[in-house]
Amino acid sequence: MKETGRYEPYSYFQLMEVSLRELLVEKGVMTEDAIAAAMAAMRARGPERGAAMVARAWLDPVYKSRMLANGSRAAGELGFEVPGLNLIVVENTPQAHNVIVCTLCSCYPRMLLGIPPEWYKSRPYRSRVVREPRKVLAEFGTRVAAKVQIRVHDSNADMRYMVLPMRPAGTNGWSEERLAATVTRDCLIGVAVPKLPKFPKSRKS
Amino acid sequence: MKSDSDPIFRPGDRVRVRNAAPLGHVRTPFYIRGHAGVVERVCGAFPNPEELAQQRDGLPAQPLYRVRFRQKDVWPGYRGSAEDVIEVEIYQHWLEV
Repeated sequence: MKETGRYEPYSYFQLMEVSLRELLVEKGVMTEDAIAAAMAAMRARGPERGAAMVARAWLDPVYKSRMLANGSRAAGELGFEVPGLNLIVVENTPQAHNVIVCTLCSCYPRMLLGIPPEWYKSRPYRSRVVREPRKVLAEFGTRVAAKVQIRVHDSNADMRYMVLPMRPAGTNGWSEERLAATVTRDCLIGVAVPKLPKFPKSRKS
Repeated sequence: MKSDSDPIFRPGDRVRVRNAAPLGHVRTPFYIRGHAGVVERVCGAFPNPEELAQQRDGLPAQPLYRVRFRQKDVWPGYRGSAEDVIEVEIYQHWLEV
């Protein structure tokens, strides 16, 4: 439920959700504590899991090939339980840039990336990124060269998607943890690419 | 024995999405109906969501494909590279040769 900060009466669907939840508790199907725990677990999940998979793939080409063949199994290898998730990992290369959308609703690999951002669920993103991906990416600050192919993936049915971005230059010898820290949620959706923090250039005479 | 859940298309096959407008819960986006593309991969078989939405079992499971379409074929006046693609998941009963 979205918090707007001011009192508003329940909408039809909010009322339905509260009624259903209260009935399930009253009938002993689940407890309030179990619901609260599930919500806390959902909020605690963030894109760090996806970022860890990316960093491992950058360091281990054999893991990377397993990840591209079966994303869910590769998540399990790092200890991430993803029951029911059919994950496809799509790889960015110098020739192709990938971006994910669910045009029908808001399908998203929550087990690995957490709760999707509001814009991912918004009608403007869902309707525009399929038909003018380059313009939408530019609005996110991601300019893709004309010679690079854009691949838009509509997550419209049973599969879920995550982008494997390219490893940024200048990261030779970096640890897995340090590499993972360059991978943001937006990189895993494909609207951004990993960037290194900018340091002011040292002044040389 | 061949079952209704066996895929009849293979990666690389050229397919067309049925141009139909049934009512109910349909997971074939409108923008892709009637368009031709190429099978990118077979994803397995899944209960038919149109049946699941009606409280039925959705069986036999429908083979699901990822189909790759050229953006310039899908959107009139597409601005971008002619190589740009969109990939959409389509159940077998929505595909024809």
